[in-house]
Amino acid sequence: MHTRRTLIAIAAIGTLLLAAHPSLAQDKSIIVSSTTSTQDSGLFGHILPLFKSKTGIDVKVLSQGTGQALDTGRRGDADVVFVHAKSAEEKFLTEGFGVKRFPVMYNDFVLIGPKSDPAGIKGSKDVAAALKTIKDKGAPFISRGDKSGTHIAEINLWKIAGIDIAADKGPWYKEIGQGMGAALNTASASNAYVLTDRGTWLSFKNRGDLIVAVEGDKRLFNQYGVMLVNPAKHPTVKKELGQQFIDWLISPEGHKAIADYKINGEQLFYPNAQDPGA
Amino acid sequence: MPEDVSALHLILTGDPALLAIVRLSLIVSLSAVILAALIGVPFGALVALTRFPGREGVVVVLNALMGLPPVVVGLLVYLSLSRSGPLGSWGILFTPQAMVIAQTILVAPIIAALTRQTIEDLWAEYRDELTAMNVGPIVRVATLIWDARFSLVTTLLAGFGRAAAEVGAVIIVGGNIDGFTRTMTTAIALETSKGDLPLAIGLGMVLIAIVVAINALAWTARRAGERMAG
Repeated sequence: MHTRRTLIAIAAIGTLLLAAHPSLAQDKSIIVSSTTSTQDSGLFGHILPLFKSKTGIDVKVLSQGTGQALDTGRRGDADVVFVHAKSAEEKFLTEGFGVKRFPVMYNDFVLIGPKSDPAGIKGSKDVAAALKTIKDKGAPFISRGDKSGTHIAEINLWKIAGIDIAADKGPWYKEIGQGMGAALNTASASNAYVLTDRGTWLSFKNRGDLIVAVEGDKRLFNQYGVMLVNPAKHPTVKKELGQQFIDWLISPEGHKAIADYKINGEQLFYPNAQDPGA
Repeated sequence: MPEDVSALHLILTGDPALLAIVRLSLIVSLSAVILAALIGVPFGALVALTRFPGREGVVVVLNALMGLPPVVVGLLVYLSLSRSGPLGSWGILFTPQAMVIAQTILVAPIIAALTRQTIEDLWAEYRDELTAMNVGPIVRVATLIWDARFSLVTTLLAGFGRAAAEVGAVIIVGGNIDGFTRTMTTAIALETSKGDLPLAIGLGMVLIAIVVAINALAWTARRAGERMAG
């Protein structure tokens, strides 16, 4: 039977192809669900090779929004979550999905806007006043709208500005439901204001006419925390390897690796594991 | 990656990371097409050659499944393979195997539906001969598949095109992990989100070139085969 022999041969080749793939053989690896900001800014590309050369552990990073990253942990599909929305992280712990939260580092958000600055907020150090002006003037604003850490931070900032954005938004406010890069692309294409973490902004290439409009407000502070997914909930969690990664991140060596990461000479992340309130 | 990295530069220097991405894309999509062919070709032929109640319905559903949205298939496979899902114990979410499974589900209906059409047309042609030979249904199916093999190459290519081009399913079940589950399409999506549009376009060109090359290869093989078969 020609056909059957051909099919068997094809099946055998297919199996070989799959089996031959080298990455399938690696075992000493963990899955870290993290945010687009840590990945897109290039931080992981800088620190993970250092961690691997020391421990031999391969860290596979899922770059998702904070909401999705925590959900991946809840389902037991990641060993470690590394995100930036303290309230959501604490909820994750209360639900019993995380073991313990360790503060790791912070960076800051910046409010980006078009060079023409239709709201007239350029150079302001008061992000709440700036947002209020954007709303009053109906200047175009792009929101992530994806429950990411940045989205949660944005909603909090509107609240601080005394605006209930869910009720007060108009056609000037667009929720795109996508990642940071997509939001910046959209803002660049439509000359709109957008809130972003500084790391993604610095490594973002398609800026068009966008510039930093507001920065340096303490309320733009962005804290990252790391948690081991609870092995009591999900026995498949690689707790030793995962904890090794967490311990390294908050060690002086991990801190140095984080602090050493720079784009155009500018440091992006500031390690602060020792800060008890972070 | 340094700022001045252009897609052309990556290709010309045979950048190992890019080659690994291309290799993974090909392995995943080709494996999916092979698996889908093993399921879809016999199934399509069987539907073409047998008469049973509800057959019309099966044909309609099969044709409709050609339009399965990748993102929905990705989500269903994700929920099944998740540690909290029914197949969580396999532990293959966020691996190339999971991507092969998702793409197989996407491609199998395409191959089955197109095979059914091809075999049915052929059957109309050979009906009298095969009936006169008085052979059993399995031999009949096998004979027609063999006779249709050159047309079926196009069917497999349609399936491969679908697999190689989709991003929705592989990015959900693979997770776009650097050096492990990053394919051409997920890399393009990532570079777009990083605002590196020239690199994204460059990678897109590479993907199109690969798909064209594979089609050219299959076409040549088909012509050579047809000549040999007379």
